[in-house]
Amino acid sequence: MENLAVLLPIILSFFILIVPSRMHYFYTLGVTLFIILITSVPAVNVLFQPAHAAMNFLAGSPLGSITFTLDSLSAFFILVTNFTVLTGLLYSNGYLKSYRETKTPARFALHYFSFSWLHLSMLGVLMLREGTAFLISWELMAVSSFMLILFEAEQRSTLKIAVNYLVQMHVGLVLLIIAFLMAENVTGQFGFDGLKSYFSQRPNTLLFFLFFAGFSIKAGFVPFHTWLPEAHPAAPSHVSGVMSGVMIKMGIYGIVRVLTCVQSDFLTIGLGLLIISSITGIFGVMMAIVQHDLKKLLAYHSIENIGIIGIGLSLGTIGLGFHQPVLIFLGFAGGLLHVLNHSLFKPLLFFSAGSVYKAYHTRNIDQLGGVIHKMPQTTALFLLGALSICGLPPLNGFISEFLIYMGLISGLSAGNVYHAISFLLALVALVLIGGLAIFCFTKATGMVFLGTNRTAPGQEVSEAEPGILVPQYLIAVLIILIGFAPVIFIHPLTTIVSDCFHGVSGEIILSIYPVFMKLGLLSIILILFILGFLLLRKKVLKPANVAYGPTWGCGYTAGTARQQYTATSYATNFAELAKPVLHEKTKYQEIHEEDIFPGKRSFEIHPGDIFRSVLQKVTDYSMLALKKIARLQTGNIQHYILYAFIFILIIFGLLYLKVL
Amino acid sequence: MGFILAIVTAIFFPGIILRVKSIASGRKGPGILQPWQNILVLLRKGSVFSVTTSYIFRIAPVIYLSAILCALLLLPFPGIPSVFGFEGDFVLFAYLLALGKFLFILGALDTGSSFEGMGANREALYSMLVEPAFFILFGTLALLTGHTSMQQIFESFQFAGHNSFIIGFIAVYLLVQIAMIENSRMPVDDPRTHLELTMIHEVMILEHSGFDLALMHIGTALKFALYGGLIANFLIPVEWPVFMRIALFFGIQAIFSAMIGLMESFRARKKLAKNPQFIVTLSSIAILCFILVLLITFKMIG
Repeated sequence: MENLAVLLPIILSFFILIVPSRMHYFYTLGVTLFIILITSVPAVNVLFQPAHAAMNFLAGSPLGSITFTLDSLSAFFILVTNFTVLTGLLYSNGYLKSYRETKTPARFALHYFSFSWLHLSMLGVLMLREGTAFLISWELMAVSSFMLILFEAEQRSTLKIAVNYLVQMHVGLVLLIIAFLMAENVTGQFGFDGLKSYFSQRPNTLLFFLFFAGFSIKAGFVPFHTWLPEAHPAAPSHVSGVMSGVMIKMGIYGIVRVLTCVQSDFLTIGLGLLIISSITGIFGVMMAIVQHDLKKLLAYHSIENIGIIGIGLSLGTIGLGFHQPVLIFLGFAGGLLHVLNHSLFKPLLFFSAGSVYKAYHTRNIDQLGGVIHKMPQTTALFLLGALSICGLPPLNGFISEFLIYMGLISGLSAGNVYHAISFLLALVALVLIGGLAIFCFTKATGMVFLGTNRTAPGQEVSEAEPGILVPQYLIAVLIILIGFAPVIFIHPLTTIVSDCFHGVSGEIILSIYPVFMKLGLLSIILILFILGFLLLRKKVLKPANVAYGPTWGCGYTAGTARQQYTATSYATNFAELAKPVLHEKTKYQEIHEEDIFPGKRSFEIHPGDIFRSVLQKVTDYSMLALKKIARLQTGNIQHYILYAFIFILIIFGLLYLKVL
Repeated sequence: MGFILAIVTAIFFPGIILRVKSIASGRKGPGILQPWQNILVLLRKGSVFSVTTSYIFRIAPVIYLSAILCALLLLPFPGIPSVFGFEGDFVLFAYLLALGKFLFILGALDTGSSFEGMGANREALYSMLVEPAFFILFGTLALLTGHTSMQQIFESFQFAGHNSFIIGFIAVYLLVQIAMIENSRMPVDDPRTHLELTMIHEVMILEHSGFDLALMHIGTALKFALYGGLIANFLIPVEWPVFMRIALFFGIQAIFSAMIGLMESFRARKKLAKNPQFIVTLSSIAILCFILVLLITFKMIG
């Protein structure tokens, strides 16, 4: 029975490759629903009745058994993963329709097969504790997402981006293997189970940050984020939604899993994490503001949100160092709730941005505009996502950011002066992230959806079909629910935090409840105010008194849509302030004084990523070094025999000197 | 309690500012209630909408005003336990104002006018820059008093000893400056300016008319009263009898509005390009205040 539960989804997923082409989507949906059912039910059980459920796969076989373990932390991540994968799959049917003519059925089969395997491998990552099995699952996740990015492999740039992604993931994999081996050397156990005893014997900081480096390549912490803003726009929108919503969170899961094993050095680890997260958050949102590509903008926002999650986790870690239960709870609960929240609003934003791309065939914000008149529902959904990603009340983003704010403020008085200053700087970072996010999303929403279309209209554009909108509405319901009734979601979070970390009791949590009751109450009052004014407006403003006219042009009547404020001009005054960080490249010809009748000119501006160029330099130098070493490869058989002879001589010499 | 009092003051606020400005420039000026009579006229009038606009433009003023009203509910009154206050309520306070601003900016962008885009852009940048000052200030006060709800912060602040004078002074100064920037007033923006290219707040409401414009004006008046109320909370002694506290509340609000009028009349406007530097200065003053509190709480020595 247990073997069957694991084997059946794997076997079923292979049939995706052979079912007829029009059945790909429905068959995949069936398989996915089955997987969701058999994983969600135990996950919900574990979450509400804290217990460790373990299941042995292939028990008693000669190869050894594989153990799937389910605790409240993995249960939480499993539920998050299942929901986002489901909405992504529902969205994919409508989104991929236009590709049916151009792509072969085999391509579709491979795509859905990879999608299903991405789901399976993520679930594997969440449930496997033994090192080898975990790393295999981790690798499968990288490969299947690589296949998903490659959906539009005809474009050379996509191919390059995907290969870049694959290479970076393997750097992460190597770091993880080294980290696991380091622990095995001491404890003899390869995997998460041995970490606790390692951490209680040896210094914690080094191994933690080794794990952190490995996991953060997946999660997208600065400076390991460079694959992320390239890969997300290249992938189809449902894949970007799933990748950004849950796949990068596997890195966060890994970090939290390692944190549950850490035994000492909490303050060093916490402060290090706090600094990296603050930089990640600010850098992500600053880069997002200057982007012209809507999906790239959203991708940089994923980096920002990873930073916010990181701030939450580091607060919790510092709380462990201070033995402050309130801080532990606020930090970890805030971070984890933000994981859930980001897995809701980011896919929503990617999906609605994907609908816009599908309708207008461009992602360039400077060319879009006035989408609201053609796609009012998509606009409303994007706006909802934008409001919640900015952390504005009464939506879900506010709840998690509020927890983190509370943590920061209560931590101000906890430690010595250095801690107080670093907490204050983190507070400033979080406030700045919030303000910059508002700047960025007023730009994105305003320029893409409002005003008038900047390129020549005329193409037939209409609202996205219901099949595309339904998954987005599903997400929207959850976003609103978390915003208005946060208490429901705080409860399971308390279970997770008290399950994973010592020192958190139920009493502290009780003191938090009234705060969230009042938050919910105020949200409702806000909505009542809005409804009241809308009713009053309807009553007072009679249609007979309403006139329509063009936008006021300051006396100039022949304005064109291209004279509107563009996204680039909206970002200019910020880009001016943040020049040292942004690395923008501009290309234009100046108009000289003697040019009485200047000809046609163009102006180009490209945002560059400073870390990307640093990485480029490093790889360039190592390529150069490798090329120098390649001189040894002469092609002369005599030389190769000489190398072998020298090698043997060295071995003999070392043996003689008793080094070996 | 703070909610009702602040709404009452909001009725007189714009009138007092206008009157003080008129007197300072040598004119007699309109009656105190004139701005509200204008608003009443606007409420009854019809509207003209640009054909470029959509439903965002129509709901933006409603949400703007509702968010400010909701923030007003959180305003404490010294000595009387606030109904809605909770731990960390100043975060919600700031974020509610941000919600209003978000919709306000979107409403401006909805018109597709390049003037409004310009104003929206400046508003977004300045409010992003001013936000840290507010949070550092309240974080500092939370560190000093050990409380995180506005009500408790203000109450225990007054018993924090003689040191609270200097911090109270810095806090009031900062709040006045933040109020000026958040309401797009003098050194940053000039409500009387005549050129769209240099406007911030005024250019963003160019297209609004009738009912919607009235809501915007009400919102702005309330926002002033909101910041005035915060300042009053610093200055009113808790142990005074209730009617004295209420009288002092009105007194402080009146002085605050008169001060704004005077500052508007005698202060030069900054160059637009210099505004960010000016706004960031406030954050650095707030950080100074924080370091001062660290000294007071003896953390620096321990």
